This record gives sequence, structure tokens and C-alpha cells, in this order.
Amino acid sequence: MMTETTTNRPDTPQDSGLVDMVTQDILYPLEVQAPKRRRRNPRAPYILLLPAVIMLLIAIGYPLVWQIYTSMMRYGLAQQFGAPPEFVGLSNYLSIFTNPSTWGVVARSLIFCAVNAILTMIIGTAVAVLMNVVNKGVKLTLQISLLLAWAMPVVAAVTVWIWLFDWRRGVINHTLTAMGFNFTSFNWLGTSLGLYFVATLIVVWMSVPFVAFSIYAGLTQVSPEIMEAASLDGASASRKFTTIIVPMIRPVLMIVGLLQIIWDLRVFTQIRMLQDAQMPLNSDLLGTYIYRLGVGSGDFAMASALSIFVLLITIVISIAYVMRLVKEDS
Amino acid sequence: MITIRQHFKPLRLVLSLVAIVIALIWVFPVYWMLSSSLLPNVVLSSTTPRFFPWGGSFANYASVLSGGTFLRALTISLQVTLIAVFFAILFAFLAALAISRFKFRGRKSFVLAILFIQMLPAEGLFIAQYKMMSTTGLLNSVLGVSILYIAAVVPFTIWMLRGFVAGVPADLEESAQVDGCSSAGAFFRITLPLLAPGLVASGVYAFLQAWNEFTIALVILPAEQMRTLPLWLRTFIQASQAREIDWGQVMASSTLVAIPVIIFFLLVQGRLTSGLVAGAVKG
Repeated sequence: MMTETTTNRPDTPQDSGLVDMVTQDILYPLEVQAPKRRRRNPRAPYILLLPAVIMLLIAIGYPLVWQIYTSMMRYGLAQQFGAPPEFVGLSNYLSIFTNPSTWGVVARSLIFCAVNAILTMIIGTAVAVLMNVVNKGVKLTLQISLLLAWAMPVVAAVTVWIWLFDWRRGVINHTLTAMGFNFTSFNWLGTSLGLYFVATLIVVWMSVPFVAFSIYAGLTQVSPEIMEAASLDGASASRKFTTIIVPMIRPVLMIVGLLQIIWDLRVFTQIRMLQDAQMPLNSDLLGTYIYRLGVGSGDFAMASALSIFVLLITIVISIAYVMRLVKEDS
Repeated sequence: MITIRQHFKPLRLVLSLVAIVIALIWVFPVYWMLSSSLLPNVVLSSTTPRFFPWGGSFANYASVLSGGTFLRALTISLQVTLIAVFFAILFAFLAALAISRFKFRGRKSFVLAILFIQMLPAEGLFIAQYKMMSTTGLLNSVLGVSILYIAAVVPFTIWMLRGFVAGVPADLEESAQVDGCSSAGAFFRITLPLLAPGLVASGVYAFLQAWNEFTIALVILPAEQMRTLPLWLRTFIQASQAREIDWGQVMASSTLVAIPVIIFFLLVQGRLTSGLVAGAVKG
């Protein structure tokens, strides 16, 4: 992996290692072509694959099939008392769009996903450009700070953010009040909009490092000669950015953007833990709603239908991503 | 971008300042966690926050560690993580050997399937997994969670290891055999040591994934005595906006969960890249 990918990239000591490893694997995948040798036992590769395949069949394959089947059933009151579930075809899927409260969850999730992905991409790109412009010491400071945020376990991160936004003694309310806005005892988690606001800050805070490091890796490949030639020809900074830099880092932007959309659509831990701290009405997004339906109320049919819905969206978006990986190979 | 350096200095100064401000914003939550963890509840309860932990102590850590629930959660987390990492790496390594050393029917479909499976969100499957575990009596068991964790990390681990395995040329192993090594000997003496960085890297990835995992654990381990560290930490902030809680202790708990991960993450940085193989082939 390293040998192939590092050859075309300049050495950047600060972000080698795991950062590079993770970003490279996602951004600069290896050839999917078949190697040449095949003189051993023809069954050998299948035997080698067997343990992994069995694991995936048990933990993902079977649940997937069960979910597709269950999503076409109805789990009403009678079923909770032991009656066999009733086959209802695709009507559960239909009610995703017709039932106002379910559709509300879907719509909120899509909006949340769009806002978070866009904000993360804008800030991540800006931070990457900044890393490229400032001198070494400042860059290192910025990178260490981003790495610390990136390394934080999500549960620890959400816990800290809840403390920052605590309505009684949180430092955010104190600082805003000191700046002249009256935020004394302002309860951020009291409304679903406030909860989404805090969740967005957490998600963006946690995702920007990955985006910034990935785009920065792409930026270091833009050759200084081209930039110099453009300046000599009188191109302005903004023109150079839109006509040289953006086209050259477009593949990276594409892949990172797709990943953000996929990750932000399934956001669960942040929402669930903020709800744990305080539960405003109608604050569910898809993940927490499915959890509540299935584990909470035992409506496995509707929970399954929504799960399949999430999986379908994810796969549709992933097609673009996976095809991109495969295309760049050939 | 380079050309901005040739521009006048004030612009660079402004950009450097912006970069420093961004760095401060990004590091602040981590700093605040550490700082609060050192302060007693009396200080944290006052209306004005103390921005530096003057007069701090490790008292919060002592009381969290003596509580006993931390060690229990740590034990569960260690069990689940070690089982998941061991089997995920083993299975992924075998699969990576298959797809990078053999040509066989279904190879390309398998790689594609792996790429798609690693994109599937836990939130799209956990209801069925919950139902499956409760039917088989594996709810609240280390085994149940471990199975799901292995499957969750195996796809990406295969993808990662595949690159490393492909980076060790089969020729190298073959020349060892020509020089009189047995086929197993060639594998253990030549290939495996060269793969060590890859195995370590994938192991770290799998470790971080399993150690930090929240969603599947929440669904599969509802019992109090089976809580992993993330679930244990969650209990502190439950209803935290409605009741008085000791934020110093919560931040100490949070730090105990985060610090090993942060140190691990930063330590393996940079140690993993090595041009071991390139040199070996040239000669």
C-alpha cells in the first residue's frame, strides 16, 4: 500500500502514519487487478476467504435478509401478544412517505445531513488551504490541534460538548453573556433545533480534521511551477483557486464529500447522547428513530423498513464512491 | 498558494492569526475536558468558570477509579476489543492473501462486495442484529458483541491488508524457497516480518473502532454489569440537564476513556510508514 501510494506524493512528515494510512486507503486505492500466479490448489483462495465470509454472512447477511422479510410484515398489538405477523407487502415503505411523523424524521435527517456535510466540506477545505499557506510552526500547531480533536472518542467528545453547553454553568453561556448577549441559563438542549445546533457543532468539529488532512494531501500535489506560471500570466489568487486548485483536487473533494454525506446521514451517537442529557420533543433523526421503534416499542416491521430505506440511500451514494475507486484503478 | 508567500507580509500575518484561532477553537474542548477534570466541584459550581486549573488535583480521578464500575467496564471493553481485533486481523489476513496472491472466479465481486459492505451503517442493521442476538440468547454477552464487531471491522481490514500483502512480492518468498527454505519457512521468515507494519496498522485501526464503538454496544449490551467504557461514560450524562451532577468527575471519567485512545492514535502516527519492501526488491 505504502510503496505504491507514497511514490507520487511528496513527503509530509507531520501527517504520515495513521492519518495518511486512513486517507490514502480511502482516497488513493490500489489496483483491483488480479495477480499473475495461479499454480497452487484451485480451492485454496476459497478456503482462505471462508472465515471472513462466514462471519459476514452471520453478522450482516442474515440480519439483512431478516430485515427485508420483516419490513413486509405488520407488527401490531396482536403480534405483541403472540399472533403471527401479517404480510403487508410494501405498505410499510409507503408509510415512510405518507405518515407525517415518519416523514418528518426522514426530512429532518436529510436536512441535517446536507447542512453538516456542506459545513464540514467548506470549513475543511478552508483549513486545508490555510495549512498550505502558513509557515511551518503555525501549520504544526494547527495540525496537532486537529489531530487531538480527531483522536477523541466520540462518546468522550459528546460528553465534553454537553458540559460546554450546560445551561447552568457551561462556559459557552458564560462567554456569550460576558460578550453582551444575554445567554444566562439559556437551555440549548431544550428544543430540537438547539439540540441539532449543538449536534452540528460536534459533528463538524469531529469531521473537519479528516477532511482538512485529506484535502491538504491533495493540495500538496498541485505543483508550484503551475501556480507560478499562472501568477506570471497575471492570474489573481481567486482565479488560480477556481481554475487550477479546485480542478486538481476535485477527485479528493468528490470522495471526501460522498463519505461525509454517508456518515452524516447515519449520525446516531451524537443525537442519542444529547437526548440522554435532555430529551426535547421531536428530536429524533433516522438512527435514533429506528432504535426507538425497534428496541423501544417492538415495531420491528417499521424499524426494518426504515433500516432498509437507510441502507438503500447509503448504497446508492456508495455506488458513485465505489465506482470512483474502481475507475481510478484502471 | 505558494505565491502568497511572495505577497506583502500583512496578509500572511492575518492568515497565521486565523490559523492560530482555528487551532485554539479545535483544541479547546480537549483542553476544557482536562482542565475541568482537575478541578473540585466547588470551583466548577461557581457562576464564573475558571479558565486555568489552578489549585487542581487528581481527586476526581481517585474517586472515579475507586468507584469500581470503571474497572468493570474496562474489563468488558478489553475482552470485547481483544477478541474482535484478534479474529478480525486473522480472518482479514487470510482473505487478503486470497485476493492478492490468487486469481480465482468471483475475486472481483468479492472485492466489490467488501467495498460496499464497509459502507453499510450499523444503524441500518442493528434492529435485526438485536433481534438475532435476543433470539439466540446472546444479548448481554461478550460473544454476541464480539461477533458483530469482527464483522464490522473485517471488510475495511481486508481492504487495508490487501495493500500490504500486495506490497510484499511473491518473488521474494519464492527466492527464499530456491535458497532452500520450506514453503512455510519462507512465509514465516520472509513474508510475515515484512507484513508486520501492515498487521500493526490494521490492528490499531480495528482496536480504535471496537474500543470507541457505541451504537452496537448500546443495542446488544443493555445490562448494567455488561457496559463497555463508552456505555459507562454515557451513564454520567443521562439527565445531566435536569439534575446536579459532578462535572469534575464526569470530565475525569471522560479523560480516562479518551487519553489512551489519543495517545495510541498519536503514537502510531508516522511509525507505520516504512519503505521496507522497496529496498528489499531492488537488490
